[in-house]
Amino acid sequence: MYAWIFRHLPGPLWVRILTSALLIGGALVLLFQYLFPWINELTNVSSNTIGLILL
Amino acid sequence: MAATRTAARRAAERGSDRPHGRRRPARGAFALQVLGELLLTVGAIVVLFVVWQLWWTNVEADARQGAVVREFAQEIQAPAQPPATPAPTPPDYGPAPVPEGFANGDVIGVMYIPRFGENYTRPVLEGVGRDVLDTLGLGHYPMTTLPGAPGNFALAGHRQTHGAVLDNIDQLQPGDRIYLQTRDAYYTYVFRNSEIVLPTATDILLPVPHAANATPTESLLTLTTCHPRYGNQQRFIAYSVLDSWQPASAGPPAEIAARVAAAMGGS
Repeated sequence: MYAWIFRHLPGPLWVRILTSALLIGGALVLLFQYLFPWINELTNVSSNTIGLILL
Repeated sequence: MAATRTAARRAAERGSDRPHGRRRPARGAFALQVLGELLLTVGAIVVLFVVWQLWWTNVEADARQGAVVREFAQEIQAPAQPPATPAPTPPDYGPAPVPEGFANGDVIGVMYIPRFGENYTRPVLEGVGRDVLDTLGLGHYPMTTLPGAPGNFALAGHRQTHGAVLDNIDQLQPGDRIYLQTRDAYYTYVFRNSEIVLPTATDILLPVPHAANATPTESLLTLTTCHPRYGNQQRFIAYSVLDSWQPASAGPPAEIAARVAAAMGGS
């Protein structure tokens, strides 16, 4: 799958490497800024209070 | 003739580069490969989630908490210098003032705990929701009293993530001083004891912990956080008693004078 994506990226090799790096970076930003905070709210895994249910 | 031979050699070389040719894999094999790569991706995301929790939330929270302390410093007067030679007997300022009128997210003050390190300076805010605890700092349980009043001034903070404000709570030794700077005063608390309870033990937040209907005589500071480290099954509770206070005009207590100047002087 990833090889297929890499083959279908436009441009010479160095452009494709650069594009891949940007795509991976973008995916990391999405994970860190949106997905992980959302999962964190769902799971309550780091709650630290007494007698309160954090929603 | 020569050109044809070169072309033929090129073709032969190309062939030898890929001894098996580029055979189109069977459809099933391709699907299996995609599935494998997706599973590897899920595994990487799980690892990244742990990285996010244990590293990135701390980076974010440290930056936000530093900003909150700087805002607080801009709001108050520059701290007065403590007198070079402290009075032989500390002056008695009477009963401690009790700040009031905090809404969720308002800054109550800044906490200094020398045992937690030279530069331990964390904001204390009203409320124990995620909005406060996950980025801003220590949160005050709104149903407990405020500093200075008899009763239980109870705070919550994260142990490992989101700034890890109370990571070293188990390092506190009886007699350790914990300082709270508010807009009007410095409160000095002395650590007394700690205990480990279940998350359902709400009676530690009573004015006199574990004693319903008792009338409080002391001003307690109660810190609550996760226990064990990296876990969430229990809560670590640390009790401190208000020892003394001084008005902001008297300057910070000597032990934290340099730290207060560093935290407040940057503005």
